[in-house]
Amino acid sequence: MADTTQTAGGALAASAFLGDVWRNGLLAAASWLLAAAVAVGFTDVVPWGQTQLFALLLVIGAGAFIVLAFTVHRLGGIGHPIVHYGPWWIALGLWFTLWEISTAKLGWLPKPFFSPPQGLLHVYLTDWDRLLVCVLYSLRLWGLGFFSGIAVGFVVGVALGWSKRFSYWGMPILKLIGPVPASAWIPSAFFVFPTTFGASIFLVALASGIPVIILTASGVASVNRSFYDVARTLGADRRFLVLKVAIPAALPNVFVGLFMGLYSSFAVLVIAEMLGAKYGLGWYLQFQTAYSAYANVYAALILMALLCSGLVKLLFVGRDRLLGWQKGIVQW
Amino acid sequence: MVAVLASAPETASPGLSVELRNVSHVYDLPSGPLPVLENIDLKIEPGSFVALLGPSGSGKSTLLRLVAGLEPPVAGSVLADGVAVEKPDPSRVLVFQDPTLFPWRTVRRNVALGLEAQGRLKTEGHRIDEAIARVRLSEFADAFPHQLSGGMAQRAALARALVNDPRLLLLDEPLGKLDQLTRLTMQSELLGLWQQSGFTALLVTHDVEEALLLADRVILFSDRPARIVGERRVELPHPRHRGDPDLIALRREILQLLGVSETI
Ligand SMILES: Nc1ncnc2c1ncn2[C@@H]1O[C@H](COP(=O)(O)OP(=O)(O)O)[C@@H](O)[C@H]1O
Ligand SMILES: [Mg+2]
Repeated sequence: MADTTQTAGGALAASAFLGDVWRNGLLAAASWLLAAAVAVGFTDVVPWGQTQLFALLLVIGAGAFIVLAFTVHRLGGIGHPIVHYGPWWIALGLWFTLWEISTAKLGWLPKPFFSPPQGLLHVYLTDWDRLLVCVLYSLRLWGLGFFSGIAVGFVVGVALGWSKRFSYWGMPILKLIGPVPASAWIPSAFFVFPTTFGASIFLVALASGIPVIILTASGVASVNRSFYDVARTLGADRRFLVLKVAIPAALPNVFVGLFMGLYSSFAVLVIAEMLGAKYGLGWYLQFQTAYSAYANVYAALILMALLCSGLVKLLFVGRDRLLGWQKGIVQW
Repeated sequence: MVAVLASAPETASPGLSVELRNVSHVYDLPSGPLPVLENIDLKIEPGSFVALLGPSGSGKSTLLRLVAGLEPPVAGSVLADGVAVEKPDPSRVLVFQDPTLFPWRTVRRNVALGLEAQGRLKTEGHRIDEAIARVRLSEFADAFPHQLSGGMAQRAALARALVNDPRLLLLDEPLGKLDQLTRLTMQSELLGLWQQSGFTALLVTHDVEEALLLADRVILFSDRPARIVGERRVELPHPRHRGDPDLIALRREILQLLGVSETI
């Protein structure tokens, strides 16, 4: 999962350039212009709205690539990822072209089950306010659940890994409950909690907390004993041993738990929203599917993908900050 | 030896005296009790450099752990300056065979550990860079342990111990895993540090020559459970030479006492 834009190396790949001109930039502009030409050159089999706007955006994108083709070598740092993904920009234009032809222009993939790009654009333009509210609702539920879950999970995990008595009572319970998927708790949670919102927070917290507990506990329990000996001979008390030895030593494990918790929190979030919420992306998906508004469903799916991968990326950034010392020891 | 000590610059921490009185130790294993030390009587003068030689697995590390206060002896008593050792203390620091640097801390922050744990970082933080300079690691103060060679890591571990101004330095085969050349350099560095600081040094080693080059007294351990089977004073002045006929004679004598033949 290393960041591939970094591995491209210091200098911009020379093969992507003809003199000072970024060749793939020109090709990307060509492929985007092709998509724009297809969009306006043929009529839609059924009207989708926003075809002209879609074509306009493609032309603007193509224009930007043409400008970049001559200037990107002077941009330095930000230029790297743009050049690195050159083949992707070209492929994207071709993908838009194919997508356009197979849906809007020939109707091979028919309405309402499929939508051309301008269909999604139409959804974003007409339903943006509701989508925005849904994103905020989802983020609120996820944030409350995830952060309370990992906070409790971390503390419980440290206690389980550190204290023999705590682990005597806690471990068997954890071993029994841990493997149960959080979604199995949904029916009883909705019944036990006074509000569905409360139940949903609990479920998301549970889904994110359990892996954090398990990995934190095993991390703390498996800290090299000599680290404690070293710290003790240097005058460390118990507090120091927990906070400055056990926890930092277990942090790589904790992060594995955080990543696992993050992924399962998304899963439970969407299911909980589909079942009990009045807003949120999960609710939106469910609601629009019921109306066969598949363009809206795809539009929401794309938002969800961006949101989830954005959060994963953030966690990676956090990990790189806290575990920078692992560089050159571990790769994941 | 006395001459060297006298000419060494005075520092704040004179060496600690150590006394083991009839110390025995037993580990409880699932298969039953494992006696490791048996009736050890040993007195170590303040400021001396004592080497402990013995077969591997005999209980040398265990003895150091008892003196460090990491474990209480099953029988007998361990005294430091006449006071019973009950728990670890930064005046008696143990340096392990593995450097056991904390991988998440830079060299500087590793060396800072002792002061940090004792809450003396604010007032005595300047000593960290001094200690790093004493082991010639200044250039690597901000490096992480995995960026260091074996010798450098062990020097960092030494600095981490020295920054506490220990009155007793317990060295558990600290050079055991280093290559021959690094070993030789670090032996003279260790000797230099001891001569400068005046702490008491108790060095466990499996290298007879190392013991004879550094120590003024060599204690010999038997197989487990360890008893003291002999001891030799090394009255040679520093700098010592490994080709010195007196040293070679002592070496032969010690190997015989340990029951090891020199010829193959
Ligand atoms: N914490 C421990 N628990 C049980 N047995 C131990 C422990 N530490 C050491 N031993 C055993 O005690 C014996 C002496 O160990 P040690 O003092 O490390 O020997 P040496 O340092 O002389 O090689 C060995 O047989 C070892 O397996
Ligand atoms: Mg040992």
